[in-house]
Amino acid sequence: MALQLETEPKHAEEDAPSPRRTGAQLLWEALVREGVEVVFGYPGGAIMPAYDAMPAYPIRHVLVRHEQGASHMADGYARASGKVGVAVATSGPGATNLVTGIATAMLDSSPVVCITGQVASPGLGTDAFQEIDTTGITLPITKHNYLVTKAADIPATIREAFHVARSGRPGPVLVDITKDAQQAAVESVQLSPPHRPRNGKRRSVRTEMLDKAAELIDGAKRPVILAGHGVMMAGATRALRELAERSDIPVAQTLLGLGGFPATHPLSLGMMGMHGEAWVNFAVQQSDLLVALGMRFDDRVTGNTKTFAVGAKKIHAEIDPSEIDKTVKVDVALVGDVAVTLEELLSRVKPRDRGPWRKHIAGLKGEAAVRDIVSLPDDGRLYAAHVMHDLWRLTKGNALVVTDVGQHQMWEAQYYRHDHPRKLITSGGLGTMGFALPAAMGARFAFPDDEIWVIAGDGGFQMTAAELSTCAQEGLKLNVAVINNGYLGMVRQWQQFFYGGRYIATPLKSPDFVKLAEAHGLCGLRVDRRADLPNAVEKARAERGTVIIDFRVEAEDSVYPMVPAAADLHDMIRRPSPIEETPYDS
Amino acid sequence: MTPERTSHTFIVLVEDLPGALNRVVSLFRRRVVNIDSLTVGRTERSGVSRITLVVRADANAARLLEANLYKLVDVIEVRDVTAEPVVVREMAFVKLGAQFRGEVMQMCDVFRARVVDLGPASITVESTGSQDKIDGLIEALKPFGIVELVRTGAVAIARGPISPEVQT
Ligand SMILES: Cc1ncc(C[n+]2csc(CCOP(=O)(O)OP(=O)(O)O)c2C)c(N)n1
Ligand SMILES: [Mg+2]
Repeated sequence: MALQLETEPKHAEEDAPSPRRTGAQLLWEALVREGVEVVFGYPGGAIMPAYDAMPAYPIRHVLVRHEQGASHMADGYARASGKVGVAVATSGPGATNLVTGIATAMLDSSPVVCITGQVASPGLGTDAFQEIDTTGITLPITKHNYLVTKAADIPATIREAFHVARSGRPGPVLVDITKDAQQAAVESVQLSPPHRPRNGKRRSVRTEMLDKAAELIDGAKRPVILAGHGVMMAGATRALRELAERSDIPVAQTLLGLGGFPATHPLSLGMMGMHGEAWVNFAVQQSDLLVALGMRFDDRVTGNTKTFAVGAKKIHAEIDPSEIDKTVKVDVALVGDVAVTLEELLSRVKPRDRGPWRKHIAGLKGEAAVRDIVSLPDDGRLYAAHVMHDLWRLTKGNALVVTDVGQHQMWEAQYYRHDHPRKLITSGGLGTMGFALPAAMGARFAFPDDEIWVIAGDGGFQMTAAELSTCAQEGLKLNVAVINNGYLGMVRQWQQFFYGGRYIATPLKSPDFVKLAEAHGLCGLRVDRRADLPNAVEKARAERGTVIIDFRVEAEDSVYPMVPAAADLHDMIRRPSPIEETPYDS
Repeated sequence: MTPERTSHTFIVLVEDLPGALNRVVSLFRRRVVNIDSLTVGRTERSGVSRITLVVRADANAARLLEANLYKLVDVIEVRDVTAEPVVVREMAFVKLGAQFRGEVMQMCDVFRARVVDLGPASITVESTGSQDKIDGLIEALKPFGIVELVRTGAVAIARGPISPEVQT
C-alpha cells in the first residue's frame, strides 16, 4: 500500500495543549464521528488547509486522477456498502469536475457527501482565482448543499449533511467550505442533533390504502411485481420474496432493481423495459395488476405511458411522494419506507396459487428463448452476450459486477444473473459513461475481499481510464473486462435501427488495452475466441493486481429485444433468428 | 386533451437562509413553470420566511410541485391553498401625470384607493385588494396615462384560527 496512515500528527499546534481547533481539524473530526474510513479526493489551493490537517485522523485518502473519479468512487462505495461515500475537491475546476459524478449519484439516489474548498470568504462573488459558484452550480443536482464560512459551523453542518444524504430517499449533498473557515481556530463547539428534515414531513401509509392494496393483490388473476432500486435501499429484499412467494406473483425488475429478487428464483422474470426480455414486457402489458415497489416508472421502463399496462390496476409503494402519479397514474399509492409497507402488506394478503398465469408466462418465455443468443450454437466468434453468460457461470453468479453504459451494460443485465442485492452497480438514471472503473474502485473499499468485475465498453472505459494509475498506486485489485467492439456500440445500434445505418462518429480507434495495462504495471490479456475465455478469467482471478481483459467481440451485434424510445412496451424489435448476419458453420 | 390549467396559490414556509428562495424558484424554472407572482417576507417566528407563490398549472402538476417543494430541505411546510378559505391580497402603486388629477382622485374614491404622493407633475395612488380589484383599478386609470406601475404580487392567509404550520 503506497499510502500509509500517519499515527502521529506533525502539527505545531500539537505542542500547545489548547482546546482550540481549526476548522480543518473540526472537519476531519466530524468525518471520523460519522464513521468515514476512506475519502476520495484531489488537493488544490482552497482545500489545502484541510489536507494539511488530514494525516492526524484515521481516514484513508485515495488520490484520484480526475475529480469525476472521486465522485464516482464515493458513489460506488455508497452503493456497495449502503453507507455514505465521501469525495473531496478544491474550488473552481476541482468542484466542476465533481459535477458529473454528483449528478450520477443524484439520479440513482446514492448517498454521497462532497466536500469542496472555496476561496476565503472576502473573495466570494469577486471572481477571485478559482472562485466559482459551487453551491449554485450543484443546486439542482444535489439533495441539498451548504456554503460554510465559519469554522464553528463545520461540525453541525457535516452532521446534518450526512443525515440528509442517507435519510428518506438518499442523495448527494455538497458542503462548500471557505479557506478561512478551514484555517480559523475556535474553542470547542457544541453539537446539537440534526434538526432537519423537519418532523412535519413524515407521513405514514394509511391503513385504508394498505387494505385496498391487499384486496387488489388477493383478487388479481394476472399480477406482476415491479421491483426497483428502492427495494434494496430499504433492505426489503426478504419481504419482497415473502410477498412474491405467498401471493405467487412473478417479479419483474428494473435495471437498478436487479439483485433485489434472486434471478434464479422460479418467480423471477428478469429485467423489464427498453431492453427487457420479451416475455417480461409481454407479462407486464398483459397483467391485470402491477405492484410497483421502490421504482419510479422511468421512461426506459414503461415505454409509451399511454399504452403502458392499460388493463392493469396499479399499486405504487414508494418513499418519495413526488414520484406518485408523475408519469403513470396509479390506483393505490403507498407512500413510505418500502420495507415497512411490505411488512404491512404481508400481514394482510392471503396465500394464492396462480398456476395458469405462471404457465401462460412460461409459454411466452419458451417462444422467446429460441431467439436467445445463449441458446445459439457457438460459431467460433465472440459475442458479448457469451462473455456475460460465461462470466456468470465461472463466477457462480457471486461476483460484484460494476458496469459502464452502453450495449455491454444491457447484455450484462440480461445475461449475468444476480441473486444477491448490491451485487450490480451501474449508472441507471444518468447513464454516465466512464462510471464503471472508478465506481468499482470505490466498491473495493466497501468489500475488500469480494471478487469484483468491471464491465466497460471500449468507449466508456477510455473516459476514466486514467484511474488505472490510481488502482496501481493504491494496490487495488479489480478484474476489468473491456467489451471491445470498436464502436460506441449503443449509439451505432440506434444509427442502424433509426438513422439509416449511417455510422457517424461512432467507429472508435482505441489504444492497445493490453499495453495500456502494462504501461500501468498491470496485467493485460486479450480474448477473441469464446474458447479462450475461461483461461483468461482464471488468470485474471489469480493475479494479485488489477487485470484488464480486452474482449474483442463482434463489432456490429445489437442488443435485443429493443423497445424504441417512447414506443409501446410490447412493440419490440426482436433478435433475428437465427442470427442472420452470422451463419452457423458446423 | 390537455388537462385544464388553473391558477394555484401556494403558501411555503422556508428557513430564513441564503439560497432557500433560490431553491424554491429553481424547482419551478427547471420544470418550465412560469411564476405569476411571488412574495417573500419574515413571519411571526424568527428564522422562518413565508413565500406566497402563484402559478398556472393543472391539478396533477400542482400536486407534484407541492410534493417536490416538500423535498427541499429548507422547506418547512407547503400548502396549496387554492381551494381553501383564504384571504388573498395584493398591493399596487400607480403613478400618473398630474393633468387629470381630479378624475384620478374620483376613481380612487370608487376603488377605495389612496393618494400617497401628489406633486405639480404627478400623482401616485396606492391600492390594496384582490387581484381582480387591482386589475379593475388599473383598467380604470389607463385613460389618464399611467407612467409607472408596480405590484407586489399576492399574499395569502387562511381564514380562521389555523395557520399552515400547525396543520399537518
Ligand atoms: C458521458 C456520456 N456521453 C455520451 C453518452 C451517450 N452514449 C450512450 S451509450 C454510448 C456508447 C458507449 O460505447 P461503449 O462504451 O464502447 O459501449 P458499447 O455500447 O459499445 O458497449 C454513448 C456514446 C453517455 N451515455 N454518457
Ligand atoms: Mg464499444
